[in-house]
Amino acid sequence: MGQMSDHLVIDIENITKDYVMGEEIVHALRGVSLQIRRNEYIAIMGPSGSGKSTLMNMLGCLDTPSSGRYEFNGRDVSAMTDDELASIRNREIGFVFQTFNLLPRADSLRNVELPLIYAGIDSETRWERAATVLREVGLGDRLHHKPNELSGGQRQRVAIARALVNNPSIILADEPTGNLDSKTGEEIMVLFENLYQRGHTIILVTHEGDIAQHARRTVRLRDGLIESDDGGFDDIGMLPIEGPLEATYT
Amino acid sequence: MKRFVYELSESWKIALAQMRSNKTRSTLTALGVIIGIVAVTLMGTAIAGIQVGFDKSMAIFGDDVLYVSQWPWKPVDDWWNYRDRKKIKTEYAEPINRIIAATPNSNLVIAVPTSSLLRSVKYGQSEVSNVLIRGTVSDYLITSTFDFSEGRFFNEVESRGGANVCVIGYDVADALFPSENPIEKSVLINGQPFKVIGVISRQGTFLGLFSLDSIVVMPLPAFQKYFSAKSKSDILVKVKDKKRLAEARDELTGVMRRVRGLPPEKKDDFSINEQQALKSTLDPIKNSIAIAGLFITGLSLFVGAIGIMNITFVSVKERTREIGTRKALGARRRTILLQFLIESTSLCLLGGMIGLGIAYLMCSGIGKAFPSFPVRFSLSLVLVSMAVSILTGLFSGFAPAWSASRLDPVAALRYE
Repeated sequence: MGQMSDHLVIDIENITKDYVMGEEIVHALRGVSLQIRRNEYIAIMGPSGSGKSTLMNMLGCLDTPSSGRYEFNGRDVSAMTDDELASIRNREIGFVFQTFNLLPRADSLRNVELPLIYAGIDSETRWERAATVLREVGLGDRLHHKPNELSGGQRQRVAIARALVNNPSIILADEPTGNLDSKTGEEIMVLFENLYQRGHTIILVTHEGDIAQHARRTVRLRDGLIESDDGGFDDIGMLPIEGPLEATYT
Repeated sequence: MKRFVYELSESWKIALAQMRSNKTRSTLTALGVIIGIVAVTLMGTAIAGIQVGFDKSMAIFGDDVLYVSQWPWKPVDDWWNYRDRKKIKTEYAEPINRIIAATPNSNLVIAVPTSSLLRSVKYGQSEVSNVLIRGTVSDYLITSTFDFSEGRFFNEVESRGGANVCVIGYDVADALFPSENPIEKSVLINGQPFKVIGVISRQGTFLGLFSLDSIVVMPLPAFQKYFSAKSKSDILVKVKDKKRLAEARDELTGVMRRVRGLPPEKKDDFSINEQQALKSTLDPIKNSIAIAGLFITGLSLFVGAIGIMNITFVSVKERTREIGTRKALGARRRTILLQFLIESTSLCLLGGMIGLGIAYLMCSGIGKAFPSFPVRFSLSLVLVSMAVSILTGLFSGFAPAWSASRLDPVAALRYE
């Protein structure tokens, strides 16, 4: 923590996102403001249709807002080109997907080195770094296994290693335990906790309360607006100690 | 730049893995390209073969010989200006040779008269019709390029004396003397006996149109004695330096005008022809055959290319989520474009190499079975085929690769 944690990684002000669905215009986000500091562990929750996925796509720089301002590490993202966004995603954001999204025919090492290829790093460094993060997530003995030779939990660990390998500013996990049984899911949540303890910034998108309670801050969305945010950025230094509102979502 | 190289090698790996994991599909798709490349390559060898045959046929005329003839060897629009021209007479050779001898530093060597017509040739019960009967002098050998498989050409004494001797072409010898030696035998032409003293070795055909071996050559006085009526005559003039053909031509024109006694205001009433003129007449025909052939076989390659395009579209569709993932991980448009272009190109290149191999085997098979069939397999053909394969891959992969690179990452990640 300390003074580094005062640095705003994500600064969103009043963003909206509209989709045209046939004749209708869907207002997925109706004016959302959110600030996330370095080394926060934040859960974004909400029922389906709340705009949760849309917000996640914005945060992940996969999409740009219809209006409003989005600054990532002080850089205005809202007006960037596709390739500039790709570069931000590559260097600053580590994605963890519900369905792992590994390349089926590539072994763990090749899956993990993929972001480094797009970053233009030489093969020797790539393999070294990929092997290091795979060891960090406990897969030091699975470097040359392909996804279909790994269990669900191991696959998600490969995906997390891939998210970590470029040393990103945030890790954006979309329902990371959604395809895992509860025991394996817990192991993954322990891994996230470790990463948080080591100073990573983690954004968890989920609709499961008991997963969200691992986070230190919970933002709830409903109908394209923030309904509640229990960890306001004003007192980020004094993060809430107890898990947020676990009883509500069971 | 470095990133480009890494992305390139990554794309190659993916392309190979993709082909390996979809063996049946890749093979079937490549089949279209294989057939296309086989067709185009065989056409290419045929065209190269035709070119070689063409050059060989042209060489018969010699690139250092001018032909003084009644009419030009190329089509003319104002034929009425040529209609009333006087025939070329074999007697012109003598004054031409005299002028050449009297001209210091002449570009001309010698003028040889020839006179020809078609007749049948008989020996015993056998008969060959439409044989080119040609009368000329012993100096004919200077302007022509042939060897003798048997015997010899007639000498100067026989030439001047008009002895009833002749040399016969390969086809004539083959038809009339299948199991005998023709030398010293007498053949009948127009009922007149001529003693065979030589057989010209095989010359082949002129552009595959007519045989150059269906010929009988005899001394000019003998020819004139029996056949002068409907014959057609030319004067062949050998040039000293073929690099100065134009000068030689001008000189010969002057000589001919003197021989014919043309006043300066009159136009030439004869034509001086050369191999080059014939070439420039026949080249466009040859080229349009080549273009038409390549176009038609190119269509089969085009069909193969559409197959590749189709399969690349399918591949993009199937791997939409993978494309989404790659984009999320930082792949730029160019990266995705490159990846699918390399996939389609490597498929085409593979097909091209297999096709080339098949074409090579077919060519050597044809070459063994029909030695006279003109096929030529060359390194440049290999390189061109490879280049065509790569271009086909780029062409057919571009549309699907472009659509892949334009995919919206959010939609692609959500794609089921």
